[in-house]
Amino acid sequence: MEKPFRRRDLLGIRSLSAAEINGILDTAESFSEINAREIKKVPTLRGKTVINLFFENSTRTRTSFELAAKRLSADAVNISISSSSVSKGETLLDTALNLDAMQPDCIVVRHSSAGVPHQLAKVSKAAVVNAGDGANEHPTQALLDAMTIREHKKKIKGLNVAIVGDIIHSRVARSNIHLLTKLGAKVKVAGPGTLVPSDFQHLVEKDLEVCNHVEDAIRGADVVMILRIQRERQDSAYFPTLREYSIHYGLTNDRLNLAKKDAIVLHPGPMNRGIEIASDVADSSRSLILDQVKYGVTVRMAVLYLATGGATADRSDTNN
Amino acid sequence: MTDENSLVEKSRIMDSARMKRAVSRLASEIVEENHGAKELYIVGIRRRGVPLAERIVDKIESLEGVRPLYGIIDITLYRDDLSTVGANPVVNRTELNEDIDGKIIVLVDDVLYTGRTIRAAMDQLMDFGRPKKVQLAVLIDRGREHRELPIQADFVGKLVPTKQAEIIRVMLKEYDDIEAVGIFERP
Repeated sequence: MEKPFRRRDLLGIRSLSAAEINGILDTAESFSEINAREIKKVPTLRGKTVINLFFENSTRTRTSFELAAKRLSADAVNISISSSSVSKGETLLDTALNLDAMQPDCIVVRHSSAGVPHQLAKVSKAAVVNAGDGANEHPTQALLDAMTIREHKKKIKGLNVAIVGDIIHSRVARSNIHLLTKLGAKVKVAGPGTLVPSDFQHLVEKDLEVCNHVEDAIRGADVVMILRIQRERQDSAYFPTLREYSIHYGLTNDRLNLAKKDAIVLHPGPMNRGIEIASDVADSSRSLILDQVKYGVTVRMAVLYLATGGATADRSDTNN
Repeated sequence: MTDENSLVEKSRIMDSARMKRAVSRLASEIVEENHGAKELYIVGIRRRGVPLAERIVDKIESLEGVRPLYGIIDITLYRDDLSTVGANPVVNRTELNEDIDGKIIVLVDDVLYTGRTIRAAMDQLMDFGRPKKVQLAVLIDRGREHRELPIQADFVGKLVPTKQAEIIRVMLKEYDDIEAVGIFERP
């Protein structure tokens, strides 16, 4: 039998096996029924406490984790630290130790620096779930993307996936590349030369290709994943103007027509309509952006359930 | 978890013919008790309650000419021992696609032992609505002395008083090579 996910922390996709990933996705599939009930709540994590520790702004991910915890009957506490103790001089380690002293069962953490969840996992007795660390990983996003793909394509193995946009700064891209190649998909990435590292194919052992033109990545794709252009980086001169970006790299119907007829479009949100994705594409039946949000809650329920479960779950390796 | 392969079979309680007759009798008793199949909703408890429930549904259909509603419950999320069982167990899907309000629910499981599984199943049912009645049908009842909750079965295939060290295994062709019920022990 395949070894299912038995870790205490979810720090990234990179250190997971295909069996562990499939185990999480299967669990999520079982959970999806709960969100369709009239009473969307099960008593499973009653008495457990989940702290959402967000050092970066987030609405979607934080709400999604909060709903996931509440639907499992856990108590969820949200802390946004952009302007609290850290600005008063407290170190990350002290913040973590203080939270740990309140004995939470799980800490969901987002931070602008890569590796923060891993550091936290070393000192905390609680399970740690990475909700995005710098440009490193965003594992639950990749899992919900995979779930969306699986629901619509019934498989992941053998699919061609194009990831388009700001690859270099994207934790979503990295987690997705790890996940998709582990499950046997072929991934092509494309975007402005300044935003796609030319030697990026070395991130994984195989099945990752860097394309010079967006069209080359999209041609024949089963899945087109569009990344958000981070407008806040616009003055850093990665590309001349938003308008130029949209002309050369934006997903229009013409570009999408290069993909397979039944190709699906994903976007991790929040999207900039008319920049990285044309409005008519975003609103078309091929766009599964709202499905992604829906499955986000389900996947996070599965992750919280698996990570907080029982007394003997393994402590994850923290060197991932 | 018990390694099922290391168990030694002490005695065989039912072969496939006897199981078939027991299931038929359960189906007739359910129909008789409830005056037909009209409001019946047969719900199998994962895992081995599911094939048994399917067989009861088929039998009721052949008896009454009406196919009762049918669903599946996975009780994992309602277990009372999640904090002690080690890593969290695998969750499978609950499938109650028809409204349970006002229906007569018959929960079906292979073995009634402590009653805790049934408690979990009932709690889950109540999250789905307000059934008119909930009844319990089991293929094997291990006897009242093992019960840890005030729960009894309405329909019993066979009452088998057992010792605590003994393990009852209901083997079904859906999951096992054979159809049989046996008493097993750890070597």
